[in-house]
Amino acid sequence: MHVDNDSLVTSPSTSPVTEDPWAFEAGLDALETPTPPPRPGPAKVFLRSVLPPAVAVAAFIALWQLAYSVGLRPSYALPSPLDVLHTFGQTVRDGRAWEAISISVSRGALGFAASVVVGTVLGLAMWRSRWLRAALGPFVSGLQSLPSVAWVPAAIIWFGLSDAAIYAVVLLGAVPSIANGLLAGFDQVPPLLDKVGRVLGLGTLGRVWHVLLPAALPGYLAGLKQGWAFSWRSLMAAELITYSPALGIGLGQQLNIGRELNAMDLVIASIALILVVGVAIELLVFAPVERRVLRERGLTVAHTR
Amino acid sequence: MAAPTLEPAQAQQAAARAASTCSVQVRQLVQVFEHDRPPVLDRIDLDVAPGEFVCLLGASGCGKSTLLSLIAGLGTPTSGSIEVTVGRPALMFQEAALLPWLTAAGNVELALKARGVGRGERAADAERLLTLVNLSGQGRKRVHELSGGMRQRVALARALAQDSRLLLMDEPFAALDAITRDALHEELVRLWSEQQLSIVFVTHNVREAVRLGQRVLLMSSRPGRIVREWQVGLSQPRVIESPGVSALATEITHHLRAEICRHAR
Repeated sequence: MHVDNDSLVTSPSTSPVTEDPWAFEAGLDALETPTPPPRPGPAKVFLRSVLPPAVAVAAFIALWQLAYSVGLRPSYALPSPLDVLHTFGQTVRDGRAWEAISISVSRGALGFAASVVVGTVLGLAMWRSRWLRAALGPFVSGLQSLPSVAWVPAAIIWFGLSDAAIYAVVLLGAVPSIANGLLAGFDQVPPLLDKVGRVLGLGTLGRVWHVLLPAALPGYLAGLKQGWAFSWRSLMAAELITYSPALGIGLGQQLNIGRELNAMDLVIASIALILVVGVAIELLVFAPVERRVLRERGLTVAHTR
Repeated sequence: MAAPTLEPAQAQQAAARAASTCSVQVRQLVQVFEHDRPPVLDRIDLDVAPGEFVCLLGASGCGKSTLLSLIAGLGTPTSGSIEVTVGRPALMFQEAALLPWLTAAGNVELALKARGVGRGERAADAERLLTLVNLSGQGRKRVHELSGGMRQRVALARALAQDSRLLLMDEPFAALDAITRDALHEELVRLWSEQQLSIVFVTHNVREAVRLGQRVLLMSSRPGRIVREWQVGLSQPRVIESPGVSALATEITHHLRAEICRHAR
């Protein structure tokens, strides 16, 4: 339909553009606004996310019980699930479990905190200096794939059977992940956002604070999460090997005691506790922060586990 | 070919503006990125009068985005001068480029903060600006909860928050669907007249240029030069379907194609 220019001005009631432009735009908005997928109800969440792993755990315990009942191994090598539960209950009642958890978690937290400081400073330095990044980048990435247990003998030779040796191993395990996560976060910042900061008239510091750091946050958080996992692993490797009365009995040391006593029930109970504590800290501390940061940006949580 | 109201007027325009105060005055601007290739911008002269709506039209590689970036102060030209008399210009991109960790209002408020608006006034100011782009009450939405058109309007509100008299737009509606683009054309023209803005609007869409601009400049590619200019003698509000817009767009397209044909080997 052709309408000449004059009729638009003089007889708006017959023109095709006379509907309220505000209503037109509001209508478009209503039609085009993305609708988020409905949140699944509690029944669906249970069926999808809770039931399958619960079934898997139950099946695993049933198989274990079966292997015990048919006598696949002598009972000192393969205790029954109930034996392990009993031993675990004992360690809880006499306080050994709590002591081991508190020693290991406080070491883990301190070691992780130190790793965050060192890893962040290292990541920032490598991001600022192209030369430093070219020089250190391959080593930092390479260290990520080196199992940190390999550092334990060296750490013991340098620092003796001490807390310093344990922290050295934790740092060497966690720092590369944190530094690399921060670098990845910076690399992912779209250059356009920095341009926006300049157009708005923000200075260098303002752009770093208001644009760059928040934009790099998801990558940094992923690095922190991985850094925690590596801290915990490194800590257990270190505790398992550096055994000394002066160090107290952490989870790794408790595991080692089980081995020396040939007490398989204590060994299994310790392994389960190490797993549960490590996963619990990730789920209670890191997962909620990461989920919140990603959700407010409309990103979905990557399923890495 | 052109309707009687349209006149390709160059010499007379340039003379009329030379003495008056301009929002932007670009003189003999040259930008060379690689020395063995033709300059991206070659001796560009451009005056934009206060309150004028100028459209820059050209094929890919004609340097129109480079020209906008230079006017916005995001780079240094090889030679020549750019004088912006109305303070720091606002610049919009093809992407809304909103900060995804902030709400719609938060994005507008950051521009206010950068301009030095006090903390207490920012929220009310942001709501006022969002109302200007027909997004009143939507300030608390996150970027990912907005449609493409709404995001671009938040970007427009953010640009307005800079309180600049000069708005530079780099193909801001190119990624939108035709219906949404239509709505934004109306919105932009309304804001342009209400807010007395000078606008330099870069596009490769001829009809869009004629729909919006008072003046349309055609640029050549490699080297980027302003080769022709048209005065659009149609009054706003226009519609993109009108015969007047069609007629001028047909004429300009003819010249644009001729420019592109020069590059055939």
